[in-house]
Amino acid sequence: MFDNLSDRLKTVTERMRGRGRLTEDNITDAVRDVRRALLEADVALPVVRGFVDRVRERAVGAEVTRSLSPGQAFIKVIHDELAGVLGAGATGFELRHQPPVVILLAGLQGAGKTTTAGKLALYLKERAGRSVMLASLDTRRPAAILQLQQLAERVGAVWHPSTADDAPLDIARAAVDAARRSQAGVLVLDTAGRTRLDEELLAELKVLHTEIQPQETLFVVDSMAGQDAVNVAAAFGETLPLTGVILTKADGDARGGAALSVKTVTGQPILFLGTGEELSGLEVFHPERMASRILGMGDVLSLVEEVEQKVDRKQAEKLARKVQKGKGFDLEDLRDQLEQMMNLGGLESLLDKLPLPGGVNSNQLAGQVDDKSLRRQVALINSMTPRERRFPKIINGSRKRRIAAGAGVAVPEVNRLLKQHTQMQKMMKRMSKGGMKRALRGLPGLPGR
Amino acid sequence: MFSITMRAMSDRDEQKPRGGFFKRLRERMNRGRGLGLTLGFAGRKLDDELAEELETQLLMADVGLDAADRILAAMRKKLGKAAIDSDDQVRALLRDVLADMLRDHAQPLTVDTSARPYVILVVGVNGSGKTTTIGKLARRLKDQGYSVMLAAGDTYRAAAIEQLQAWGERNDVPVVAQQPGADPAAVIYDACEAARARGADVLLADTAGRLQNKAGLMAELEKVVRIAGKLDPAAPHEKMLVLDSSLGQNAISQAVEFHNAVGLTGITMTKLDGGAKGGVLVALAAQLDVPFRFIGVGEQAEDMDVFDADAFAAALAGIESA
Repeated sequence: MFDNLSDRLKTVTERMRGRGRLTEDNITDAVRDVRRALLEADVALPVVRGFVDRVRERAVGAEVTRSLSPGQAFIKVIHDELAGVLGAGATGFELRHQPPVVILLAGLQGAGKTTTAGKLALYLKERAGRSVMLASLDTRRPAAILQLQQLAERVGAVWHPSTADDAPLDIARAAVDAARRSQAGVLVLDTAGRTRLDEELLAELKVLHTEIQPQETLFVVDSMAGQDAVNVAAAFGETLPLTGVILTKADGDARGGAALSVKTVTGQPILFLGTGEELSGLEVFHPERMASRILGMGDVLSLVEEVEQKVDRKQAEKLARKVQKGKGFDLEDLRDQLEQMMNLGGLESLLDKLPLPGGVNSNQLAGQVDDKSLRRQVALINSMTPRERRFPKIINGSRKRRIAAGAGVAVPEVNRLLKQHTQMQKMMKRMSKGGMKRALRGLPGLPGR
Repeated sequence: MFSITMRAMSDRDEQKPRGGFFKRLRERMNRGRGLGLTLGFAGRKLDDELAEELETQLLMADVGLDAADRILAAMRKKLGKAAIDSDDQVRALLRDVLADMLRDHAQPLTVDTSARPYVILVVGVNGSGKTTTIGKLARRLKDQGYSVMLAAGDTYRAAAIEQLQAWGERNDVPVVAQQPGADPAAVIYDACEAARARGADVLLADTAGRLQNKAGLMAELEKVVRIAGKLDPAAPHEKMLVLDSSLGQNAISQAVEFHNAVGLTGITMTKLDGGAKGGVLVALAAQLDVPFRFIGVGEQAEDMDVFDADAFAAALAGIESA
């Protein structure tokens, strides 16, 4: 998400970066480009107007013009405004209520409510240690109830059964009762998708809310949503006292305008991002980090957290010691690295969080080194003897043919792997001498700056 | 070769008052206001200020910057420096410009009954309305006298198979399905075989929703297309992308990527009853040479009809009578 917006804004900010003096002209140009970038990213027009006005106002103000490096100050203004629009500080849930804490999900058809209900249940179970009950009030879409039931089974949540003939309000009441009786910590209620123009269904939702009084009422919205997203958010916001937003399908190449719009309209924070098809694909949303990510400053913090969660620390330390001692980085180590990378959700998700120069977006890079090639490389290394892995130099033509055949690929792939390994070895050597920055400079494929 | 449109049109003429569907389309596309042009154009010229107002409204309809620029340029050319007589003149002009941009794409789906089955593969991102579209299409084709079968090619999402089966029951058409997690290409191949054995006219094949930037899933789709062509090299005869009108400019990326992967032969836009105006079709028209097939404006089976450039343009421009 955000790649395109990010590219466009980076072009603007890079042009401004070195400027020692800002004139009315170059501010006007930059502001116009910012406006275009936001509009192309599907940020809703009223939100764009406010954003651009505030940027313009601050850019000609003392904070920027008197700054020692006005270009940098201008970038900071955009960063601040982005973070402001996205919401200040990660919020998360307040779960300290008398259980069951009831969470109501609402949104358009196809926004991803049911999948999100499943993901949320898993998240609350694993990260917050709550027992979760799921119930579906979607009596309209065929098999919607069954879908949530299957998800409940998969994530190990308690399932409150319902049928398409029940009234949604009756289901909700019964579910709250059942949750109370079974002492579930959290009850997540999934609802039928409805449009903002469907007064009847919106009224139904309102009644539901009044009767059930959920602690959290979350608006689920597709991160690819277009200009109408503001009207949709407004309509839901008028119907229900929303307490937060979940942005779905954030692993797509959406330009993320919806994220920038819904927060402004609903006044409620974006709590989570839905990413990926797996039920574990739910990330806490950090506005500041997202703003940095959009401006190409990378989201190293999230990456660090993810690495901490998923990387095998012992293995990492073993490698670090090895590299420090200047001992060889052999193919076994490379395989460990590749496997860990796959654990982290593949290259795409990694690249997404790294700071990349303008004009390079993670999708392009991911296209060059896709996850399939990771798996192929692991297969190649698996096809070698332990001795070959430790001493790659001994791999001659006949060994190469055997390795390639074992991994089911052609010989040039073996060569490519070996070459890549040699490069990484060099990089490791440099890293032990001069740190990360110097090392990255030597990484092939990344245009130098 | 039979044309669905021709039949559909005549069906409707017999059964319903004329223009029923487009009246609904107009009503539902933001209650007949279309772009909702806040007018007051009379006596003015198409100057920068007015152009910006128009651009704003086009952008709000998800037309996108490039297409908006082109629309404005075309309007300028037609209007010249003349003063504007009335708001209706602006609307009519806008409708004409939009219709010109869309017309080449208004090519209805035609079922070749000699194919037996004529395979329609329905693809799209998650939540775009593929399964619902198949349900509506099944009903429509059946009403037109075709024998229809469905293939439950979404073996990934929970209860997707059951959702399609529910549509099958509702329309009384057979559904070929395997267990969850089965290879979608195999399911669709089996369905092709079954449809051929039963002599079904049309096979509607569902697929799992996939985001267009997932290379692996797009490759899976390529495989589905390849395998579907094993029995009949011309199959799938129609590769239809379903686009959700409530999404914005990302629809362009969807269309381009799905087209690159499988070579689309048709696009259907759903959920136009939600308030979104689907202006992205105007942008798409300039970028891709893929016909627009159907538009959906509601949850009922009859809330879907053949894409008509003039009617769509009129609805977008907020004109009462097409």
